[in-house]
Amino acid sequence: MSKLNILTKGFFKENPSLILVLGTCPTLAVTTSVNNALGMGAATTFVLLMSNILISMLKNVIPDKIRIPCFIVIIATFVSMIDLIIQGFLPALSASLGVFIPLIVVNCIVLGRAEAFASKNLVFDSLLDGLGMGIGFTISLVLIAAVREVLGAGSFMGFTFIPSHYNMLLFVLAPGAFIVYGFVMAAVRQILNNVEAKRKARQANA
Amino acid sequence: MEYILMIIGAVLVNNIILVQFLGICPFLGVSSKVNTALGMGVAVLFVMTLATLVTSTLQMYVLVPLNITYLQTILFILVIASLVQMVEIVLKKMSPSLYKALGVFLPLITTNCAVLGIAIKVTEQPVIASHGFSILDSTLYAVAISIGFIVAIVLFAGLREQLELVEVPKGMKGVPIALLTAGILAMAFMGFSNLV
Repeated sequence: MSKLNILTKGFFKENPSLILVLGTCPTLAVTTSVNNALGMGAATTFVLLMSNILISMLKNVIPDKIRIPCFIVIIATFVSMIDLIIQGFLPALSASLGVFIPLIVVNCIVLGRAEAFASKNLVFDSLLDGLGMGIGFTISLVLIAAVREVLGAGSFMGFTFIPSHYNMLLFVLAPGAFIVYGFVMAAVRQILNNVEAKRKARQANA
Repeated sequence: MEYILMIIGAVLVNNIILVQFLGICPFLGVSSKVNTALGMGVAVLFVMTLATLVTSTLQMYVLVPLNITYLQTILFILVIASLVQMVEIVLKKMSPSLYKALGVFLPLITTNCAVLGIAIKVTEQPVIASHGFSILDSTLYAVAISIGFIVAIVLFAGLREQLELVEVPKGMKGVPIALLTAGILAMAFMGFSNLV
């Protein structure tokens, strides 16, 4: 696999929350506004990147039998770091993301990449993989949050452009999260299927 | 009286899955049959109650007195992970029949964010405001929250069993249609929102 491929496969083809259906809890909970989605995406990307780098460095040191607890401790360390950083520098973001920052520890994406990729590959490849997966996660969060914020609050990144009496509050509330997530996932999967089918048809013709 | 209100609040009004968005992974993953959903629910009830009991005790007698609450995330996840392992070993010896029923679900619960989420949440704000932080209240809250988990996952599994038989557009197959169903279920649960 080429380096570019390792980086970009997380964007759409193996997008963690839209295709692999990992990390669903933060995807539903923090997508009420685009700013929250960006904050959560950045925090998760940081943890993914750092834990992937460290785990791939230590992959020969960590005994195979206790690797999962070791991974969890490494991940939890970086999560505590980013939690304290956000609490210190961005208190408003910390308040709106709440318990979901410490919960990055149990986000299946992070542990999944550690187990499936970083524990078997070189440091630079793991770095690219972590970065790509993190960006893919951020893309999906922002997609969902954009739909929810525009429909539910009539704004985009806090900039209001639809008068408040046209807002559909449902989309900011819990049911809207499930419904928008479902539709965005269906749309992305359908588009990817179509692209794949077209490419196959072109290859067959050539 | 305040305990009854707390329990109703935790089961229906602040349902862990449909309102708080915790534990979505098992909710989507292990909900294709009512029986397995029930098994998962009971396993969560078991682990969450034990885990919250242990983590609140640690919070009260270790983290706060030593002033090291910044280690909370690391300590809690380690405690939960080892607790799940221990429960698995003990159940295997003590009650093979229960182990057989819950065994498959136990390892999955370590990465269930509901357990860690509730353990952290009860330390952030007291369950019953007038009591302050109390281990008993936190544990009771965990029991009530897990009952809410069972209610939601069993209802959802019932709906999904029906959904198997319906023809859906190709892109919507699988998880997307399940998410839409969950959305409608969440809408139904919004009806409880002013109950307490």
